[in-house]
Amino acid sequence: MHLASFIVRRLLQLIPTLLFILIVVFVLVRLLPGDPASAILGDRALDADVERINRELGLDRSLPVQFAVFAKSVATGNLGNSIHLKLPVAELIAARLPITILLTVMAALIAVLFAVPLAFVAALRRGRAADSVVRGAFQVGLSMPVFYLGLILLTVFGARLGWFPVGGYGDGFLDHLYHLFLPALTLALSLSAILMRNLRAAIIGVIDAEYVQFARAKGLRPRLILSRHVLRNALISTVALFGLSIGTLLGGAVITETVFAIPGAGRLMVDSIYGRDYPVVQGLTIALAVLVSLTFLLTDLVQAWLDPRVAR
Amino acid sequence: MTQAPALEVRNLTTTFAGGRLTAVNDVSFTVLPGEVLGLVGESGSGKSVTLRSIMRLLPASGAVSGHVRWQGRDILTMSDADLRGVRGGQISMIFQEPMTALNPVLPVFTQIEENLKAHTDLDRAARAARARDLMDLVGIPDAARRLKEYPHQFSGGMRQRVMIAIALAGNPTLLLADEPTTALDVTIQDQILKLILDLRDELSMSVVLVTHDLGVVAATCDRIAVMYAGRIVETGTVRDVFAQPAHAYTRGLLGSVPHAGTERSMLLSIEGTPPPLDRIPAGCAFNPRCDFATGPCRARVPVLEDLAPGRSVACFNRTAVTAAGSPV
Ligand SMILES: Nc1ncnc2c1ncn2[C@@H]1O[C@H](COP(=O)(O)OP(=O)(O)OP(=O)(O)O)[C@@H](O)[C@H]1O
Ligand code: SF4
Ligand SMILES: [Mg+2]
Repeated sequence: MHLASFIVRRLLQLIPTLLFILIVVFVLVRLLPGDPASAILGDRALDADVERINRELGLDRSLPVQFAVFAKSVATGNLGNSIHLKLPVAELIAARLPITILLTVMAALIAVLFAVPLAFVAALRRGRAADSVVRGAFQVGLSMPVFYLGLILLTVFGARLGWFPVGGYGDGFLDHLYHLFLPALTLALSLSAILMRNLRAAIIGVIDAEYVQFARAKGLRPRLILSRHVLRNALISTVALFGLSIGTLLGGAVITETVFAIPGAGRLMVDSIYGRDYPVVQGLTIALAVLVSLTFLLTDLVQAWLDPRVAR
Repeated sequence: MTQAPALEVRNLTTTFAGGRLTAVNDVSFTVLPGEVLGLVGESGSGKSVTLRSIMRLLPASGAVSGHVRWQGRDILTMSDADLRGVRGGQISMIFQEPMTALNPVLPVFTQIEENLKAHTDLDRAARAARARDLMDLVGIPDAARRLKEYPHQFSGGMRQRVMIAIALAGNPTLLLADEPTTALDVTIQDQILKLILDLRDELSMSVVLVTHDLGVVAATCDRIAVMYAGRIVETGTVRDVFAQPAHAYTRGLLGSVPHAGTERSMLLSIEGTPPPLDRIPAGCAFNPRCDFATGPCRARVPVLEDLAPGRSVACFNRTAVTAAGSPV
């Protein structure tokens, strides 16, 4: 198969993407209001001190030089130091980003676990009661703001019933999963509503296809027809949507981490923006952008695997 | 003529849209073991719907009534589990469109093997070997490599062969072949028809062959059933019907066949087009296009009457039609 060359080609395409990300981050950070020196020294700083800080941070040099220095250090994994926390940014990200990734992955899994079976129920009982109920319930899920939903879940299952912790991250992997369940559920609901709707429509589009009729004419079991012939073809478009939704999901993680007091990258980002901690904002933005690019790559690979016509 | 039929279709009626559209209307025919029956008629006459109704392969909007007797049972009323044994095992179907009937995202091997898995006790290795044999059988070279490929890597003719390989995987005793050669060029068409006939001889299976092409019927079929607007209007052996058509529509169809060495004779081709399902004329559905039509044709629906054993026709003016002689 041509899958191997497809993967190589797709990996090469990552290089310009990453370069573009670096440029955007570099420019954006310089467009932010306020400057690092006054953030560090306070508003009443002396000019001499400001100059000294700028020199230390390399901000007195020309922009192209600044960019070259910046790109080189990023490439070597050096993202600078946090202004407030006095720690290497790379270290901070290494500590906080996995929490956000775990939260996002859990949310994605929960969304899929909800969406796929319910899309089948809705599609196979199209126009009947089950279809209306599923679609109605998801319409509600889709229209509720993430933080509001999070607060409701927190109040009911955390505070009232005491089934889940009301915040924090816990110790040890299983405890992490336990702590992240409610926030992940919060994040998952609107995504699963979107996926459900898309997959339901895709299944309806595929179920009367000639190749599905032909599969029936072979005397295959309905379960095999659904999983092998219907689901796989229907998933092609839904996987693309799913990949595109990962960025949104990461954005939602910022809000969710704030509501549930989870020490993830989203919280770190919010705190750093308020504190004008440029190096952290910059490093996190790069890390998240790389993460999103990688999920796009992964999405493409899954699509190529699902649909052999893609990898050509 | 005393042989018991392999398949017996009685009063098959298929409607769509809650009964408002009748695509197949009170159709009855039989197929003997080892026999090739040609089902002909213009586009929209109900040939494909007839085949799909036999296999209970209709969308949710379709409703079937009547009887389809197969090995002492009625396919239309048997359980879903029994039906799965018949479909793809005892009775196989070749779909009209090779471009859309194969799953685009599965390798050809999977699409053959799943049929073997459903209908044979072969183990994995034996299924792989049998899949290669089937590819050889239908004349696809380089079987081992091509089995790993996907439908989009095959030409139209090769896809049609793949479909035939799939249909033959379960060693069917009846093959329902829906225009297996339309959209293929003539040499490939001949190869595929010859293949089906060879297999009929080798496996002694019966075949219902749907086609527009009366030349194909003459070359391959034992008997013919002519359909118009959802009804069978004439049946008989190919020899009898071609020599002496008794229905004006059959005569018109025969007249539009290009003969060997001559141009298509436009004089005798049928004027107009078949009616859509929501506008089937009263009386004989063919009457607006019929040169032989008389008063009764516009008032009543002619019923199929036996002229001889195995030969029947539904035409009020069959004497006049017969007297006009065969155009071929
Ligand atoms: N699912 C459906 N819903 C409504 N009408 C249908 C459906 N399937 C087929 N029909 C109608 O039934 C009639 C018979 O169709 P059918 O496909 O059997 O024709 P055919 O004889 O096979 O024609 P062709 O030679 O073009 O394949 C047509 O008028 C068609 O529009
Ligand atoms: S019944 Fe009448 S209209 Fe119909 S084919 Fe015969 S002559 Fe023509
Ligand atoms: Mg057809």
